[in-house]
Amino acid sequence: MASNPDTKIQGGLLGWVDARFPLSQMWNEHLAQYYAPKNFNFWYFFGSLALLVLVIQIVSGIFLTMFYKPDAELAFASVEYIMRDVEWGWLIRYMHSTGASMFFVVVYLHMFRALMYGSYKKPRELIWIFGVLIYLVLMAEAFAGYLLPWGQMSYWGAQVIVNLFQTIPYIGPDLVTWIRGDFLLSDATLNRFFALHVIALPLVLILLVAAHIIALHEVGSNNPDGINIKENKDENGIPKDGIPFHPYYSVKDLVGVGVFLMVFAVIMFFFPTGGGLFLKPDNMIPADPLVTPDLIPPVWYFTSMYSVLRSVPDPFLGVVAMGAAVMMLFFIPWLDRNPVLSMRYRSFAAKFNLGVFVVAFVILGWLGLQQATTEVSEMSLRWSTVYFAFFFLLWFLSKERSVVFSLIAFAVVVGIYTIYDILRFDPSDASLIMWSWLIPTVYLFVTMVAPAFARGLGRDRAVPERVTS
Amino acid sequence: MANQGVNRGRRRFLVAATSVVGGAGVAAVAAPFLASLQPSARAQAAGAPVEFDVSAVEPGQRVSVEWRGQPIWVVRRTDEMIAGLAEVADRLRDPDSEVESQQPEYAQNEFRSRKPEILVVIGICTHLGCSPSYRPEIGDPEMGADWQGGWLCGCHGSRFDLAGRVYRNMPAATNLVVPRHMYRTDTLLVVGEDEDGEAI
Amino acid sequence: MKTLIATTFLAAAALFTVPAASAAGGSGELQKANIDVTDQAALQRGANLYMNYCMGCHSTEYMRYNRVARDIGLTDQHMEDNFIFITDEDGDPVGVGSLMKNAMGEAYGEEAFGVVPPDLTMTTRIHGEDWVYTFLKSFYVDESRPLGANNTQFSNVGMPHILWELQGWQEKVVDEDGNERLELVRSGKMTPSEYDRAVRDIVTYLSYMGEPMQLDRQRIGLYVLIFLGIFTILAYFLKKEYWKDVH
Repeated sequence: MASNPDTKIQGGLLGWVDARFPLSQMWNEHLAQYYAPKNFNFWYFFGSLALLVLVIQIVSGIFLTMFYKPDAELAFASVEYIMRDVEWGWLIRYMHSTGASMFFVVVYLHMFRALMYGSYKKPRELIWIFGVLIYLVLMAEAFAGYLLPWGQMSYWGAQVIVNLFQTIPYIGPDLVTWIRGDFLLSDATLNRFFALHVIALPLVLILLVAAHIIALHEVGSNNPDGINIKENKDENGIPKDGIPFHPYYSVKDLVGVGVFLMVFAVIMFFFPTGGGLFLKPDNMIPADPLVTPDLIPPVWYFTSMYSVLRSVPDPFLGVVAMGAAVMMLFFIPWLDRNPVLSMRYRSFAAKFNLGVFVVAFVILGWLGLQQATTEVSEMSLRWSTVYFAFFFLLWFLSKERSVVFSLIAFAVVVGIYTIYDILRFDPSDASLIMWSWLIPTVYLFVTMVAPAFARGLGRDRAVPERVTS
Repeated sequence: MANQGVNRGRRRFLVAATSVVGGAGVAAVAAPFLASLQPSARAQAAGAPVEFDVSAVEPGQRVSVEWRGQPIWVVRRTDEMIAGLAEVADRLRDPDSEVESQQPEYAQNEFRSRKPEILVVIGICTHLGCSPSYRPEIGDPEMGADWQGGWLCGCHGSRFDLAGRVYRNMPAATNLVVPRHMYRTDTLLVVGEDEDGEAI
Repeated sequence: MKTLIATTFLAAAALFTVPAASAAGGSGELQKANIDVTDQAALQRGANLYMNYCMGCHSTEYMRYNRVARDIGLTDQHMEDNFIFITDEDGDPVGVGSLMKNAMGEAYGEEAFGVVPPDLTMTTRIHGEDWVYTFLKSFYVDESRPLGANNTQFSNVGMPHILWELQGWQEKVVDEDGNERLELVRSGKMTPSEYDRAVRDIVTYLSYMGEPMQLDRQRIGLYVLIFLGIFTILAYFLKKEYWKDVH
């Protein structure tokens, strides 16, 4: 067969590589012949966007490392050196600081998508587990990175978080000294946090991201209808509702990338401090171990967890609660036993449950930025209760419950925190405690008691056989 | 997946247009990253021109001045030394300083300097960057009877005359570099700056 | 589903409208500085005032003289001749590329004022422009203070009223309604409106100092957005073209 010499050379080179490395095979498995459901919507942009932000962070981070000095004497000035003396240094640094916040925005939306469409359910439990691990490492990475500018907020924020370990019985104080490598947060701490931030954690992060994607491509993507497209294949074994990721979703994601980068650019070029949420004013003051700022709120992406911590009066139990708030995520695939994946076909009660969870997360986030007044602490407690109740409700709403079971379960859950309210009752805050009691109670009433009587509220709908576009 | 009715021309055009614009975007982002590796304002401040009063240099003496972390040699050559420059010319690789990168135009003369008696060169061997040692004595026994004074590089043995010109068949292929410089007054030398502005 | 999404966004919007917490304490309303960082004349006047009245105690040590000169439209020579008062170890004036440190030692500062006068490179970013503006206008006579002056914005501040010869002296008075306000009792070289402008010039200069690239980044940001807009439109048409295949 006479073939075009050009293609022969190309095919020859590709063939040569393919005989030694599965290049074409990988391209096909993960892109050109990876069949994704054709009904992805807006929420499916955030996976690839998270990957994009990871790349932005790694590239800008590498360049920052070329100018930054991980030394308590020099760190603060080296950041200003980047901002002022290094050509375009400000751009690289703002890219990195904006990227940190945008990473969490994208990851939170990505997690919400998974909750909404049941992407954690069988057979995608491991994808979810890897995802939660990514989230954990990301928090550690962000925390370590936040210390590096060595400003007042870096210093005191890290001081507060590191001291959380102090509350662990018996080993706490020694553990904290070991983490710091000194008797106070110092140069030694900065140095090791630098190592964690630029090498150790990114390495783990990249490996976890790879595992996350490999697991996804093994079982295939979920979709807004929560239908398994592999159950409907054509004569060639290709899912009827599937389209190759490349070119269809690669070009679609390109649009998402364009819009996302515009948002990114608006923040980076016009609001790099995010009104004090992304870069805090107090962090423009060099770290001073002798002067504590008036208010030390964590960066916005930690404030929800921080509110959970503050809602518990006992220090150690507070830390346990905060840890539990994250760890609960791991159990979601086994808590929610309902066979319907997508919220589209779930009952009103299930939708309400997820909606309230999002509201609780956002309100807790807002509360975490505030000075701890009585009202703020009370609200933190109430919304933390809602936060944890969400996980219980995931299990409770796995199937329709009988009237008796619903009422008993409701009474038990409400009883638990009501007893706690009675124990801690303080007449001076009587009205606050009493009206805020309604927050979790109304939520639990709507999700547990109401469906027992108005059956329509608790009933899931039939899932269609083929995806709706 | 029906492929009929696909407008291939339009598709090809859009792929090309998006690729070109996207590629230009990536290149535009790469530019500031690469530019950030240039000497920073701090490096530039540290590399600012230095001033030196040459009146303190004795005849035959060599003084080292630091500029951008490099030794700048200032030598006040005696009449005898200047006479020696012409004598060695036929043994040099580039006696007339024809390699333009090695000196500014105003030093492309028989003395390789702005003032015949005062030589200003960067004291770094053009072979692999060692700093040669000063051998000013005429007929230095170690260097041979016809030695007219100059430098010997300890690393690989390159020899230079008292105008920083390299001898033939040496590891170094070019003459020592004359930096951009000027005289602010009759005796006040400025290295790293001349009438055209500061050295890049 | 729609309501779910809507609540999410509303809640997210609420989170992002948290007002920026001001890092500095202080009493009373802040006066608006209303500065314009693009105003080169104001920047030059501000630099002049800063170098003469503030720089003696307050360094701006993350900045370099020549950068300031370049950005606010002065020559290096002008900078060297008028504004460089510090010297290196040999006693020579430092080069125009040097960082803008100051001559006063920390120990001396602590002894004279009770605290080391802070570096002011980023003061407008820490406290806000309005705060600095109000602060510089809020000094008043208070014989109980070691340096004879106090400040309504920052009570018992260690800093003397360094601009007194420009502003004159204010006293704190309480009117019939019990409101406190400051009243000029001895005028200085400047009229009140001239003094306001002088303070505004200093704040303009300090705002520039806090983020010298602020004008660059906005200008570049505009081009970047235009570029991304074009890219997104192209990508959108590309997507639409390919998705004609999908039924």
